[in-house]
Parts: sequence; structure tokens; C-alpha cells
Amino acid sequence: MRIVDLDPAIRNPQSRMPATITTDIGMKPGIGGGTGRGPSGPGSDDSKEWPPGWTRDDALEPQKYRIGMWVGLASVLMLFMSLTSAYIVRGVPALNGGLDDWIPIAIPAVLWFDTIVLLVSSVSIELARRALRQNDYASFKAWISLTTLLGVAFLAGQVAAWRELSAQGVYINSHPHSSFFYLLTSLHGLHLFGGVIALLYVTVAAYRMRIGFKRRTAVNVTAIYWHFMDGLWIYLFGLLFFFR
Amino acid sequence: MTDVVHPVHGEVHRHPAPTSFIRKYVFSTDHKVIGIQYWCLALFSVMVGMAMSALMRLQLGWPGQEWGFLKTLMPNAAETGTISGELYLSMLTMHGTIMVFFVLTTAPQGGFGNYFLPIQIGAADMAFPVLNMLSFWITFLALVVLLSAPFADSIAPFLGMDAASNVIGPIGGWTGYAPLSALGERAGPGQGLGVVLWVTSIALFCIASLLGALNFITTMLNMRTRGMSLMRLPLTCWAWFTTAVLALLSFPVLLAAGILLLLDHLALTSFFIPANEYVNGKLVTDHAGGSPILWQHLFWFFGHPEVYIAILPGMGLTGHILATFSRKPIFGYRAMVYAIFAIGLLGFFVWGHHMFISGMSPYSAIAFSLITLTIGVPSAIKTFNWLGTLWGGQIRFTTPMLFAIGFVSLFVSGGITGLFLGQTSIDLPLHDTYFVVGHFHLIMGVAAIFGMFAGTYFWFPKMFGKMMHEGMGKLHFLLTFIGVNAIFIPMHIMGMAGQTRRYSFHWNPVTGEGLHYLSNMTPLTRFVSWAAFFTITVQLIFLVNLVWSLAKGKRASENPWEATSLEWTISSPPPHDNFAGVEPVVHRGAYEFSVPGASKDYLMQTDAGGPAEVHGD
Repeated sequence: MRIVDLDPAIRNPQSRMPATITTDIGMKPGIGGGTGRGPSGPGSDDSKEWPPGWTRDDALEPQKYRIGMWVGLASVLMLFMSLTSAYIVRGVPALNGGLDDWIPIAIPAVLWFDTIVLLVSSVSIELARRALRQNDYASFKAWISLTTLLGVAFLAGQVAAWRELSAQGVYINSHPHSSFFYLLTSLHGLHLFGGVIALLYVTVAAYRMRIGFKRRTAVNVTAIYWHFMDGLWIYLFGLLFFFR
Repeated sequence: MTDVVHPVHGEVHRHPAPTSFIRKYVFSTDHKVIGIQYWCLALFSVMVGMAMSALMRLQLGWPGQEWGFLKTLMPNAAETGTISGELYLSMLTMHGTIMVFFVLTTAPQGGFGNYFLPIQIGAADMAFPVLNMLSFWITFLALVVLLSAPFADSIAPFLGMDAASNVIGPIGGWTGYAPLSALGERAGPGQGLGVVLWVTSIALFCIASLLGALNFITTMLNMRTRGMSLMRLPLTCWAWFTTAVLALLSFPVLLAAGILLLLDHLALTSFFIPANEYVNGKLVTDHAGGSPILWQHLFWFFGHPEVYIAILPGMGLTGHILATFSRKPIFGYRAMVYAIFAIGLLGFFVWGHHMFISGMSPYSAIAFSLITLTIGVPSAIKTFNWLGTLWGGQIRFTTPMLFAIGFVSLFVSGGITGLFLGQTSIDLPLHDTYFVVGHFHLIMGVAAIFGMFAGTYFWFPKMFGKMMHEGMGKLHFLLTFIGVNAIFIPMHIMGMAGQTRRYSFHWNPVTGEGLHYLSNMTPLTRFVSWAAFFTITVQLIFLVNLVWSLAKGKRASENPWEATSLEWTISSPPPHDNFAGVEPVVHRGAYEFSVPGASKDYLMQTDAGGPAEVHGD
């Protein structure tokens, strides 16, 4: 197997994953100083903290992207939580019989298909990660491609659902439930589209055999994002169609 | 740990400095350049915002007066030279939005935070430099969109829309309350494209702030240098970090509200518009069931943390400067850090105190009131620790120190009225009066601005390699301090007399129009106007000082203030990658002043020898 993008870990196969990058935020040996030194971390000898040929940036890189991803997801969560609160403020009085304009839309059948597609894609991206961990590049390529295709399939299903509804004459301003349906699904779709772009990037890299150390991070971070989008979909699906 | 002398880590990988003008100064990924860009953006914005307040004070002091220069300045909006109600409200909206978003949010965090957080933690740059560049340029775009809002009528034909009115700008205040802000032109002039541009600008600003917050948090968690444990961080870093967390969790809520408002405008949904609104003599029949109070909830869930986004960096900096120029360790370092957390955390549970008069349940008002008053505890911890830091110190009254002390003073005089307004029974009559205007201008406006001035005088030598002129600086402080108190203290009295906010005039002594019960407030109103003109004029001293110091200022040494944190270990201004490729190693906390047994009265964070590390607490 030809690997173009040689990363430091591959240059030094005996130290593929230095301890520095697998420990948690609070357990950063050598980084973060006195109180942050974990018991299992390497000693104070600098050369042991990351392999020769590595820079401090290399060692910080994977953690940096992982922290950044979780922090970013916190803000995505807040966005959808605030929209949920708007949904509840609008929906609860209607459900209690206060307003008669709350006309829940029927679940477009294609969205059941979409839900299954997204659940399967979460499994396939995990299988892709496992293949990558085992350096099984052929399986990795297959699983990551499948995940990308499923992502595209989900978006296609989403567009089909919108078309189905608009064909029935249900538009964003038809009634409050359809407003929230279009708003929440399109915001989720927009975020998921970002995930598909990331998956495409990783898939193309896989086909060009460029899964070096930095792109392994990209795979892991994309997986976190993808699972989150999956969970968010399940949540929105439940909110829109089982709390109406 | 402290007596272990780490070997210098040696040369690490260095990124070469960009050479082309565009990459170096315009689309730079260097956090220092981006910090200065933010700072310049805030300086420009503050001048625009100040010009608006000058015109508003002109109208308030001498209502209905014709001003010749206005005819030439704004031939469309002020044809006759008088400031109409609509023009006044438009300027009020622009003043509030520009000041809150593009000054109070950008300069302390985007400006100083960007410049100094990486240096103070010993990193070569932010965690995601490209993201950092993006967040500045999106902020810039947001400012351009906002500034285009008053010219909505000139823009409208290009967007294929009708130029609906000849009145300028978005009208809605910085809070943009629904349903008027959601109804478009029907709700009155300036509510159509003007409000659309306004809310677009705010949505863009939200995205930029989110990118910035993500970067700050990741940088501080992940990029600290060897030995820089959490409790050795300067208080400024803690303040920027907490501010970033607040921004991360509150801006998405404003973004959500902005999206809903845009949809009400553009997609004709009814999120905020109730049925059968009677507006401008017409019945609105194509919307139903929305909740204007929902906008208030979403807006203030963001709006209250936003107050702390504006003030926390100033609080961190004040502690930092007070310790430095008192030559004493900060009093109660840990308590200061936890108080910042507590203020940030409680700030998320008090938004209802902005809505006491919205008709909310008195039971929730009691809960909001109680939590609001609880914020007094961490605020008092901070205030007393600042005083404790000053107590018995060998105070050096430099300009940054004066502004830091001024910050404490304004924080107290602005904060004390928060205790009044936090109680439902007192808030009900005082809400929507000048009492509130005085309160939030003192604490959120002027105190935060004093933090920015302190930061500018303190860090200018590091940022530009030149000292600022001390004489001009002290004069600037003295006159500004007198001026702002002369503006905002009388406003409390006006508020108690029942002078309402957001009115373009209260009593016109020439024509006898207006609210007669406020006729005896005219002298006080004019006094405030004169004080505002005075304060705005003395800011020229600051501008002259900036230009003069850049050109002719004394060259700054590495550590002109004899301070301890990492930015003072490198040259002024710092090299492209901050530490010239050598990773700094930290051996002690940030406030090791007057340590017994030390050879000088301060120990740098990088000083390995000397007496053992002492904590401030």
C-alpha cells in the first residue's frame, strides 16, 4: 500500500500514538504544567513526550480539533434548544386547546426512510473508524464511502419530503407546525450538509491514500459531528411528530 | 514542582511570517494583526456611535430646533434641519446596536483577547488561525450591513424593492421588540428593509462571535505552555475564557431569534405576530397566533449574558492592572476566578428581570428577582478584592491604573442601581425611564469603556512598541471621569421624575408641547447634553495621544510596567510567532509582586530561581 502523506507516526512506527494525544484535557503531560501532569504520562524528559520529528503542534493537533468540535456542538445544541423553546411556547397553548390554528402535518413517509438511513450511517461510520484503527484501508474506503452515500441519500429524502408537502399545498407560512417543520428540518439539513462535505473530504482522501495522521483526526472529528447530527435528527423527528 | 528547572525546549517548528501586504495586514491569520483589526473596528464604530449620541443629545436638550448643519449633513432625513421622531429613533437604534455589538463586544474580547490571550498562555497563535481571520471578516461584513441599514431606501431599488419611505434606518432600538419589528413597512417607516438589514447584520455578528468563542475556548484549554497550570493564569485569561463560554451559549439563542424574525419578514410566518394586530390605523389579518413575548424571552436570554460579555474582560483586566500597579499580589486569586464563573453562570438565569413589565407571572418575577440580587454576591467579592489589592500597596498612579480605579468606581456606582432595578416593585415604575438608561450606561457602557481605555494605555507599549504620553493620558482620564458622571448621574434623577426613555423629546419650552410634568427637567436635560458634548470633545485628547504616541512616543522597553505575565518577556512589539520559536516555561503564578526574599519587587512567571511560588490567596 502506497501512503503518500507520511505523517510523523508512520515515520516512527514504534510510537504510533503518543500518550500525549490520547489523554484528556485535564491530563496533558507536559502541556498545561505542574498540576496537569498525569500519573501515567511520560516523565519530564522532553524527548519522551512526543516522538522525534514531531513538533508541539503535531502533538496538540488531534486534541485541538476534538475540543473545538465539542465546543462547536455546544453552540449548535443551544441553537436547537432555543428553537425548541419557541416550539413549546407556540405549541403548548395550542395543545391545551387555547388556539385552534395548530394543524399538525402528517409524517411524510420518506422521513421514516431518512431516519433509518441516518441510523445506518452512524453504524457505518463507526465501522469505518474501526477499520482505520486496524489499518484495514480497503474496508475503511468501503465504509466511509457508504456513509457519504447515506448522507447524500438523507438529504435527497429531505428534499423529497419538502416537495411532497409543498405539492400538498403545505408551505412554511401555512400554519405554525409547518413553519417549525420547515425551519427545523432545513436548519438540520444545512448542518448535515456540512457533515457531508467533511465526509466527502475524508472519502476523497481515502481514495487518494492520503489517510495520514492529521486525516485520522479528521475522520474522528467528522464521526463525532455525524453522530451528533444523527442524534439531533432523532430528537427533531420525535419533537415534530410525537409532540404535536 | 516549582524548583524544577525545565530545560529550554529549544527551537520548535516556526511558521514563516507572511510577506505580501494582503496576507500580512488584511487577510492575516496572525492573532496580533486580527486583534489590532478588531480594535480599529471598535474605534471606528465608537466614533460613529458617539456622533449619534451627540445628535440625540442635541435634540433632547433643544427639541425641535433647526440646525443648519443637519440640512447639509442629511438632506433627505432632515430636510428642514430638525430631528424628526423617526430620525431620532433610527439614530437611537444605530447607537445602541453599534455600541453593544461592535464596540463593547469586539474591542475587549476580539481586540485585546485576540492579541493577548495566546501570548499570556505562551502559545504561538490561536488554535484555529484561519477561523480567527474568518470571524473578524464576518464581523466586518456585519458592520457594513448594519451601516447600510440607514440607507435602506437608496439600496431598495437595487434589490428590486420599492423605496417605501423617505425616512432613514431601522427603528426598533437595539432590542428590536416584536411585533413592530416583525411586521415590515406596515408598522411604520424604517421597519421594512431597514429592520431586515439590521437583523441580518446581527445574525452575521452571531456567527462571527460563535467562531471567535470556539477559538478562544479551544486555545485556552489546549494551547497553554509548559508549566502554565490553570491557577497560574492571569485573571485576564479567565475573564476572556468565561466571556467566550457566555458568547458560545448565548449567541446561538440570538441567532435563533434573528432567524425567526427574518422568516416573519421574508417568509410571512407568524412566530412573533399575534392575530388581529391593529397597527398604524390598519388591522393585520394575514398573521395569527405568534407571541411577541417569545422574542423578548429569546432576546434577553442572550441579552443578559451579553452584558457580562461586555464587562467581564474589563473586570479581568482591572484586577490584572490593580495588582501590577499596587505592586501586590491580587487579593484572593481563587476567589476572583470563582467569582467570574459565578457571575457568568448566574447571568444565564436572570433574563426575566428585563421583562418585569411584560406581564409575566409575579411568581417567576420573584424567582428572577432573587437570582438577580444573588449576582451582587460575586460582584461584591470582586469589588472588595480589588479594594483589598489596593489596600497597603505601593500604588503607582499611571494612566492605566487610573482607568482601572475608575472602572471600580463606575462598577460600584452603576452596579448599586442594579440592586434597585432587580426588585420587581421598584423596577415597575422605573422601567423605561432614564433611571435605566443611567444604570446600564454607567455599568455596561462606561465601565466597560474604561476597561478598554485601561487596556489601551496598558498594552499600547506592547502592541506598538511606543509608550503613550502620560500627561495627556492623565488629563484624558480626569476629564472623562468627570464628564461621564456628569452625564449619567443626573439621568437617575430624571428617571425618578418620570422622564421616559426613547422619546425624541419630553418638553418643548418654546412651543409648550410635550409632557408638562417634565417641564422643570429642562435645565437638567440641557446640563446632561452639555456634559455629553464636553465628554465627547475631550476624547480628542485620546485620539491625539494615539497619533502622537505612534509617531513620537518614547520607545517602549520589553517590560515598561515591571509586570509579570508572559507578554512582558518578549520584545515590543512581539515577533511574528510571539516567542521567536522558543517555548516559554512558566514557574509561578501571574501576580508575584513584593515576594519576601526576592531580589526585586516582582517575579516574572518565567523566573525559575528565587523564593518559592506564593499564591495570592
